[in-house]
Amino acid sequence: MQTETRQPLLKISGLEKRFELDKGYLETLKFRKGRIVSERREVHAVNGVSLAVERGEALCIVGESGCGKSTVARLVAGLLKPSAGQIHYDGQRTDNLSRKALAPVRKKMQMIFQNPYASLNPRMTIQQALEEPVRFHNPRLSRAELKDQVAEVMRSVGVDPSWGYRYPHEFSGGQRQRIAIARSLTVDPEFVIADEPISALDVSIQAQVLNLMLKAKAVRGLTYLFITHDLSVVQHFGTRVAVLYLGSLCELADTATLFSAPKHPYTKALLSAVPQLSDERPNHIRLKGEIPTPINLPKGCPFQSRCAYATSRCSAERPEAIPQSDGSLVACHAVEEGRLD
Amino acid sequence: MALLSVKDLTVKFAMRDQSVTALNGISFDLAKGERIGIVGESGAGKSITGFSLMKLISKPGYIDGGQILFDGQDIAQMDEPALREIRGNQMAMIFQDPMVTLNPVLTIGEQMVETLRAHRKVSREEAEQIAIVKLREVYIPSPEERLRQYPHELSGGMRQRIIIAIALLLEPKLIIADEPTTALDVTIQADIMDLMLELCTTNKVSLILITHDLGVVNQMTERTLVMYAGRIIESGRTREIINDPQHPYTQGLINALPQQTVPGQPLKQIPGSMPSLNNIPMGCAFHPRCAYATARCKTEIPSTLRFGAVEVACHEVERLKAGEARANEVGLAKAKADGPATSAESANALADTTGS
Repeated sequence: MQTETRQPLLKISGLEKRFELDKGYLETLKFRKGRIVSERREVHAVNGVSLAVERGEALCIVGESGCGKSTVARLVAGLLKPSAGQIHYDGQRTDNLSRKALAPVRKKMQMIFQNPYASLNPRMTIQQALEEPVRFHNPRLSRAELKDQVAEVMRSVGVDPSWGYRYPHEFSGGQRQRIAIARSLTVDPEFVIADEPISALDVSIQAQVLNLMLKAKAVRGLTYLFITHDLSVVQHFGTRVAVLYLGSLCELADTATLFSAPKHPYTKALLSAVPQLSDERPNHIRLKGEIPTPINLPKGCPFQSRCAYATSRCSAERPEAIPQSDGSLVACHAVEEGRLD
Repeated sequence: MALLSVKDLTVKFAMRDQSVTALNGISFDLAKGERIGIVGESGAGKSITGFSLMKLISKPGYIDGGQILFDGQDIAQMDEPALREIRGNQMAMIFQDPMVTLNPVLTIGEQMVETLRAHRKVSREEAEQIAIVKLREVYIPSPEERLRQYPHELSGGMRQRIIIAIALLLEPKLIIADEPTTALDVTIQADIMDLMLELCTTNKVSLILITHDLGVVNQMTERTLVMYAGRIIESGRTREIINDPQHPYTQGLINALPQQTVPGQPLKQIPGSMPSLNNIPMGCAFHPRCAYATARCKTEIPSTLRFGAVEVACHEVERLKAGEARANEVGLAKAKADGPATSAESANALADTTGS
């Protein structure tokens, strides 16, 4: 844990994002008890998530599909506007900025996406794709300077600058993901949001890309917000981990603490479900049921329907994230009441 | 006798000017009730292996040689009517994406009844009863209701359970599962794996599990085949392969996993990537990525060598084993763990400079 009282690089407080399911007024009209009423249905993707990312760390957000981890990434990057809550980047509030006012922040904050087959424009050469963000953020650069800067970044990610005239389809998935990483590094960012950057890649290529990201972190002093569902990657890459479930924060802890002493029942189940290479059969904690739909969220704890420790309090009252003695934050009534020990 | 015996199977795809070899002389046996895993990265030929076992290779692909003996009959030589007797009936397949496998315009019940009635002389009512029993076996709550539902009304985990139920409908002897849990979340994946393991052991069904996830293979299978560029490069008991891999590629694959490295340290990566099928390197296909490659590896395709229960296709495996033994003798057991790592690191350095 960082003991300094410096300002965190990124601070999210009470972040919420709801997506409307019904497009337009007519779709909201429903027939209820013999009357036509206007009723809005919303997907509650993110529900009051608060966390802070310190400079130089790699905060991982994990969770299963539909838990809102990608939505958090997109909200932070300014690709979506939050329904409620605030995002502060380096002390400056960014969630209410106009596109134009956001441009200087975007230069410091870059994003890497999951699918390198979709994130590179198939009709632009690698050179064009890599030059575009540099030119956008530094319109005064000369052609030669531009070329130098791009070539330097290409070399740093192990892509031969002489390949610049090639198109994305001429590269393998791993090479494309390196090019996508290069594209995010060309403008010399300090903060990189990586949304499942290696899940589309093979194991040996995953290692190459993760190594590249670790190297970039060491060389450029990057801070990462790393979104993934792969817990073994988290254990390797992350300094701290935030576990999301149904748009809410379950647990936030140092990586080592989370893996050695998980506290939230969901975190425990998640860790026990990872297939292991070791001899012994794991004691897989079975969760009953599946993730409920994020439309019309249940009152109380979002995990109650699958939790073996749920009580009446859990179905009535939403648990707050409470600091624990080892510095982790856990949002669970059972942990708070000491019922799990 | 083995339930399935694949001998020297070669599958090719006819391209405009040449034909590419997707499977190059693979051989393996599968006993009744045995569970084997096929691992490798994309392009290794795992899925093609699964498809060709059911002769589901469509044009421009064709089986160029070899035998697929299933219960003594050669599937490679069968015509369509004979294959129809086998497919679904004696061999069933489970695919990766449960949304694509189920027909979106038919209810679950219609799809299950259709499958049953195609192979068995049963009435619609009887078929529905069998379907309900099978759905119960895969722990689907209120199966009577599910029969009336469409695939889109069910979650991914539920759909994959239904596909497993359909695969089990006709009590096949062999199930080929191609990445059955890859599209699912970890907690759901663990459930589906438990379920498949339970069903295979109680019904004595053989399983071929195709996956890229070594953890899944470890928990599900007794034996493992490791594939690279259309060949089986190592095979043996799953535990031995994971604890003591012989082939440099298998070693690389296992060492590349994040859990094999101290957190924060660089991962032991394999340089380069899987070759494409129309450009497979001469000699051992792995030699451009291999830290131990010699001149011989570049020209001569390694034959499969047997070491106890493990079969390895590598020229250098004896030298690697000897090196290990020497290291152990001089009390440097540690060198075994560090040896491949340092060479992998120097290979990384090489990869960084050449930008491959």
